Order: sequence, then structure tokens, then C-alpha cells
Amino acid sequence: MERGQRVVDVSKGNAPGGPGVNLTKGQAISLEKKGGGTLTAVRMGLGWQAAPRRGLFGSRTREIDLDASAVLFADKQPVDVVFFRHLVSDDGSVRHTGDNLVGGAGQGGDDEAILVDLQRVPVHIDQIVFTVNSFTGQTFQEVQNAFCRIVDETNGEELARYTLDGGGQYTAQIMAKVHRAGSGWQMTALGNSANGRTFQDLMPSILPHL
Amino acid sequence: MTAELVRGQNHPLPHTRLDIRVSAGKPVVAAAMLGDEAGRVQGAEWVAHPAQPALPGIEVSRQATADHLLAVDLNAVPASVHRVTVLLALPMGPGRPVRFGAVAAPFVSVGPPDGDEVVSYTVTGLDTESAVVALEFYRRQGAWKVRAVGQGYAGGLAACLTDQGLDRAGEVAAVVQEAVEPGLSRTLGTPPPRTTEVRHNAAAAAATAGDPGPSPDPGPASGTTSGADPQPSDPAAPQPPAQTHGGPINYAHPRRQSTAPPPPPPAVPPAEPGRPPVPVAGDATGWSMEERLYNQVWGMFEDLARTTAAYRSAVDFADSRLDQELDRALSDPRGRLAGAGDPAREAARAKHEELTGRAREALDRDLAQLTAESEVVEPALPPAFARWDSPVWHGYRVPMEIPMALRLGDLHLPERSDLRIPMLVRLPLERGLWVDSGRSTSEAAVTLDEARLRALAMDTAVAHAARLLAVYPAGEFTVHVIDPAGSAARSLAPLMRSGLLDEPPAAGAQGVSAVLAKLTQRVDLVQMAVRGGAADALPPDLDTAQQLLIVNDFPHGFDDRAVTQLRYLADEGPAVGVHLLMVADREDASAYGPVLDPLWRSLLRITPVPDDHLADPWVQHAWTYEPPAVPEGSDVLGQVLAKVAEARRTWRR
Repeated sequence: MERGQRVVDVSKGNAPGGPGVNLTKGQAISLEKKGGGTLTAVRMGLGWQAAPRRGLFGSRTREIDLDASAVLFADKQPVDVVFFRHLVSDDGSVRHTGDNLVGGAGQGGDDEAILVDLQRVPVHIDQIVFTVNSFTGQTFQEVQNAFCRIVDETNGEELARYTLDGGGQYTAQIMAKVHRAGSGWQMTALGNSANGRTFQDLMPSILPHL
Repeated sequence: MTAELVRGQNHPLPHTRLDIRVSAGKPVVAAAMLGDEAGRVQGAEWVAHPAQPALPGIEVSRQATADHLLAVDLNAVPASVHRVTVLLALPMGPGRPVRFGAVAAPFVSVGPPDGDEVVSYTVTGLDTESAVVALEFYRRQGAWKVRAVGQGYAGGLAACLTDQGLDRAGEVAAVVQEAVEPGLSRTLGTPPPRTTEVRHNAAAAAATAGDPGPSPDPGPASGTTSGADPQPSDPAAPQPPAQTHGGPINYAHPRRQSTAPPPPPPAVPPAEPGRPPVPVAGDATGWSMEERLYNQVWGMFEDLARTTAAYRSAVDFADSRLDQELDRALSDPRGRLAGAGDPAREAARAKHEELTGRAREALDRDLAQLTAESEVVEPALPPAFARWDSPVWHGYRVPMEIPMALRLGDLHLPERSDLRIPMLVRLPLERGLWVDSGRSTSEAAVTLDEARLRALAMDTAVAHAARLLAVYPAGEFTVHVIDPAGSAARSLAPLMRSGLLDEPPAAGAQGVSAVLAKLTQRVDLVQMAVRGGAADALPPDLDTAQQLLIVNDFPHGFDDRAVTQLRYLADEGPAVGVHLLMVADREDASAYGPVLDPLWRSLLRITPVPDDHLADPWVQHAWTYEPPAVPEGSDVLGQVLAKVAEARRTWRR
């Protein structure tokens, strides 16, 4: 498993919390542990910063409310959604740490995070898709330093990071998916832009990635 | 440039995709109605409201909140719709404002999602109204316009919907109320805030990966979130028991507990590789063993709710997939030839078996873990949390401090009916209790005759009252009884015998009004003293204990004035230590009509026989509630009450 191997190599040399593999669109990594066995819990972290606007008051920034959501699929049918109005999936395996309305200082910390307890995900759920929407309606042109990263929740090691290309005329991103592969799980970076204010609007754009 | 509309004014709309923002000082319900050319709302399916939040082109919030963001796409509404009306209503409930005059004027604004607002309107001039039509969008010569309406209705949402020409408006209003107030009488209060993300997460990990037990320090992972705490301290965070006279001085800082409690001291021994860790009682966060056990019980409750949700969801999915695949096999023309469809059907059934089997396996694993936990937790529970058959009741002593919660009974789900979760409610009681003596839909109630059920209901109420008397320090809990027809003498015998009632049960209309007048006056006095900040101005003979009023046979012996007083006590009493314990069949009081609905809703409904009417706060499963049973032939109740009476005598001296 070559990709799994790469994760192992990179994470070995990293301080906890340090950068992991930088993913490119479409790239997949296997969520495996160093000593064999699969990861038990992962955190999907999201961070962003409002871009300064050019204009009369050059340095003024507007607050931008990005929202992270996770959609749980069973055989391509949406079964449950975790977002700011439903912070925990009914089965308790996917938890949102809470809505952040303004984004961070962009200092690299997660502004919103979704925890996935991979071992407790119900048996019929085979894919979990992570999305980011601009609830306040600004496009990603007004967002900078936005990233999503996946962290091994048990030890804080960053496994992979995916940086959003800045500056698009769109209001949503389908970031990544975590899906069953064999007896374990895999993560695939998707990085597709879409438009919509909440995850419902994104459903048509998500379906092709399943 | 925003146009600020006044009542009746209209304005053209340059966009059809619009956001409507509503801000009101208090939670309101937002709804939208789609009307035809004549402005009539054709039926209930043309109203978007919290129980039916999305219609073509319009979406409203599922709950009552102070701020709303409604999304409207006027291009997407059906062509037959010529009018979209946006209305706001105050949800009913204890402590909720009943008229718009008592809250800040609602403010609404309309604009495209990605631009500046086009119009805004402050809905002023409302007084006794509890529902209002705020805005109206209408077609005019092929374009949409918006008008500020501001028409209020004192009759609430039902009156407002009726006025729009909707039949059965009352039913829709009731559905809306039910949706935003998800059966207050059915839900079990607020769970304590979780301090660990996934309780059995580490346990499950250890089980499969063979890791050592949970590490107390998750390492830098927890520090990688942004500096601000993502979950602000919960107002419902456990507070230490209120300082009361007599007891030992509590040196705890009253709000200190809302910060993260210390990790639990009982060290969980590391599990053997490949086996789940051995459960330990008190394996939760908290400042005292009592709080740790309380949090542990709530953790077990949530885990059972969620693992069952996972199981049910997987089985539902397997069932629907099987149905689809069988349909497909049937409609496949090749399948009509003899035997050719059988392999497809068999494969579909095998897939179904395999998935449900795995789901059951996951459920059984979790249930075994929870059962093992329950087996160590139950014997460790203090009297207030314990079943009547627990040995702790034999060594019962009158406590010096108020416990943080009380066990009202047991809860279970059909998947594993012998796994019982203690149903704990916080003390002092946050709302009254209603023991339903009616013949509800429960199977157990149907087999009993009416008189037996009523007697059983009163027995249950007396057992709850006895438990409350027992868990409060001596003299800090007083019970009053209203039994207008004297029909509950048998049930009340344990209380009477022990001498724990200061006065005999009130009988007749006169007795009813005397007791209600006294308690109403007490609520008034304490409220005045609290508001005026003059607690020392209370009369010296005022009983400072918590008061419980047991009402049997409601509404027998009640006149209109008494009913009003009872409703007042239900609303205002809990905050000043006056609680209701109603034993009633709602049917008996049906003559009062909807005026009593808020009363029933404000009380926690429990039953004298097992009944599956309670909902958990996470996924709203229907849980079977079972009242606490005193073991057959045991006099534990009498013995405990005798000790309470004894302690009270020495305390009074």
C-alpha cells in the first residue's frame, strides 16, 4: 500500500500538530497507523481568515462565517448530516465542535472541527463527505488562508492537509471524503468548488463524488 | 440604500432570490404561507413552518429563535402562487412572553443573499397580539413586490392562519407548537455538558487495537483548536447545591464548576489486550462522587440512545435496500422465466442478512459494555439515585445536604428491555410532575380497570413524595395534599402514619381553596422579597422549606379561581421552591378546553405503569418509563419515613 506508506513516513518525522502530507486534488491517503491497524478517531479541522478588502478603507475586513458540515452516506444515500444546527450525528460517531461565526486569526489553528470516531460509525455508513459553505454569502475571493486538515485525534498528529486555492467566485467547497476501504478507512481530497449556503444546496454537487 | 418601510408601504424587488432576516428580542416562530391569486392559502401543505420547513422556493427554520434567516426564491414558487406571506408568532410555554407588547419590536429585513438589504421594516405598535403578519410578497404585472403588513392577532397563530382562509388552522398551529416545544412534558431535561468527546471511544479502541487503556492526557491534540473555547460554558452546568441553613458551609465557589472538572480519580485498570476495559463506577468527570455518578448515568443514557440509533438506522437502510432489490428482481423480465430471478432475490436477502447481522453485532458489543457498566454503577448509587431494592436504603440516614438529583424511575428501550437507565432529574425540581392516571395507550394501562389505575397513580405519587422527603435534610421539605373527595386515604397511609404531613389532606372545595391560597401567597411573598432584594423582610413564621403540593382527583373540587391559582403555581412556583405533583387524568379536565394545555405541557408526565412516552434529548427515541417499585413485602418505605419523622422531631426541638 504505497500511499499508506507515505503517511507513515511523513508523520514519523513530525512533531505532533505539525504539517502532514500536503494533498492535491483527487489524491487519496489510507488512514493507517504506523504499527499496522487503522486509526480510531480523526478530526477534520477547518481554518480560514477573512481577506482584507481593497478600497477606500484598505485594511477593513468583513466577518465571514464559513461552516463545516459532514454528510454521512450509505450506498450513495444521505443518512445523516452534522452541521451547526445538528452538532452530533444521531449515532454519536460524528461530532461538530461548534459553530464559529467569524473565522480565526488565520494563525493555523482550526476554527471549526468535526470529530469522527471511525470505530463507532454505523456499519451501513460507507462514506462521509466534508464540505465548507460560506453562510454569509461571500465568495471564497474574500477568504484567505483557508485549509482543511485531518488529524489523528488520539495523538494530535496531522496526517494530511489540503489548502484551498484562494480567490474563486464560489461560495462552497466540497473538501474531502472519508470512505471505507477494505477493513479500514481512506481519505480522498476532493477540492471541488460549488455554490450554496448550506449543505442542502450542495447535494447535487456532492453526488458525483460518491 | 435600504428603504425603511412603514406599515402598509410597498416596494419593488430587484431580485427574486432573497434572504429575510428577522430579529426579535425573544424566540419567535417564523412561518410562510403561499396564497393563490385571491390571497387564499389552499391548505396546510401551503404553509412552511417549523414542522414542515421547506416548500418550493421557501425555507424557514425548524425552531423558535430570536434571529431567523429565511431563504426565499420567488422564481421557484409554483406559478399558481401569487402571494407569499411571512408571519411571526410567539411560541407558548412557561416563562415565555404571551404578547408582542412585552418584547422588543421585531425587525425584518429583505435583501439578496450576497448583497445589501433592499428593505427593512420594524413591526411596531403591537400589544396583546401573539402572532403577526410581518411581510407580504406579491406578484404585480409579472414582477414581485414586498409590502410591510404588520397585522397582529391576539388569537395567536391559529387566528392568523384562519384569517388567511386556512381550514383546520388550529391543527396546524398545534403542530407548530409541538415542533418548537418538542413535547416539554415528554423530554427529560438538559443533559449535563459532556467533557469528554466520546465516552466509550477509548474503550472501543482498546478492544480492537489492543492499545493500553485510555490515556488521561490526550496530548497536544486538545490544544490544536483555536484559542477560544469552542463550547462556551453551559448555563446548565452542574451547580453546587444552594446554600441552606443548618447544613455544613459549602466553601465551593458557586460558579467554579462550569470550568472543566478534574479528571475522575478512580483509576481505570488498563484492559487486557483484545478485551474491553473493566467498567468502574464513578468513571466520569465531576467534583464529587455524586456528580461523577450523575454524569456517568447521563453518559450511559446517551450512549444507549446513540448506539440504538446507529442500529435502527442500519436496519432501516438494509430493509429499504432489500425492498428495492426485490422490486428490481421482480420487474426484471428475465426473472419471469422460471427460477432465473431466484439468485437475485437470494443475493438481496443475503446482503440484508449480512448487514443486519453486523449491525446487531455492533449493538450487542455496546449493550454488553453498558450492561457491565450498569452492574457496577447501580450498587454504587447513593439513596437519591438508587432503586428502592438497593441495599443503600437499608442503611439509610437522613442526609445533611440536598442531593443533586432524584431518581424518578427507570428507562429502557425495546432492543434490550433488561438494561435499565436510572432516570435522574435535578433537584430542586425544575418543574412539576404529573402522574397520569388516565388510560393512556400503554399496554399495561389497558389491562387495569379505571379505579385500580387511579389508586396505582396515587400510590406512585406518594412513593415519589416519600423519596423527596427522604433525600432532603430534615425539615427542608414539606408536603401538602389536596384530596377533595378523600378518595386517596389508602394511598396516603404511609405519609399519614409517619406523621410527616403537617396538616391532614385538604378536602372539599373549601379545603382546596385554603391550601391554594396559602401557597399562592407564599409564592407572591418570596417573589416580592427576591425581586426587592429584601429576603430578610419575609415573615419569621414563613416555612423556608421546599413545598410539594400533591393534587389528587383534579379538577374535582376546583372552581375557576382555584384552576387559575394552580396554573400560577405551576408557572411561578418552581423558581421559589413550590412544586406540583398532579395525579390526574387529562380527560377529566377536558371541560376546561385548551386553557389547561399550558399546564399539562409544563409538567413532566410520568405514569403509574410502564409506558413508552418519554423522549431522550438527543435522538428522541420513545423510552419506556417504569416507575420505581418498592419490592413486594418490603417495608423499606415505612422504615425510611420513620427515620425522616424521627430526624424532624430532633431538628424541631
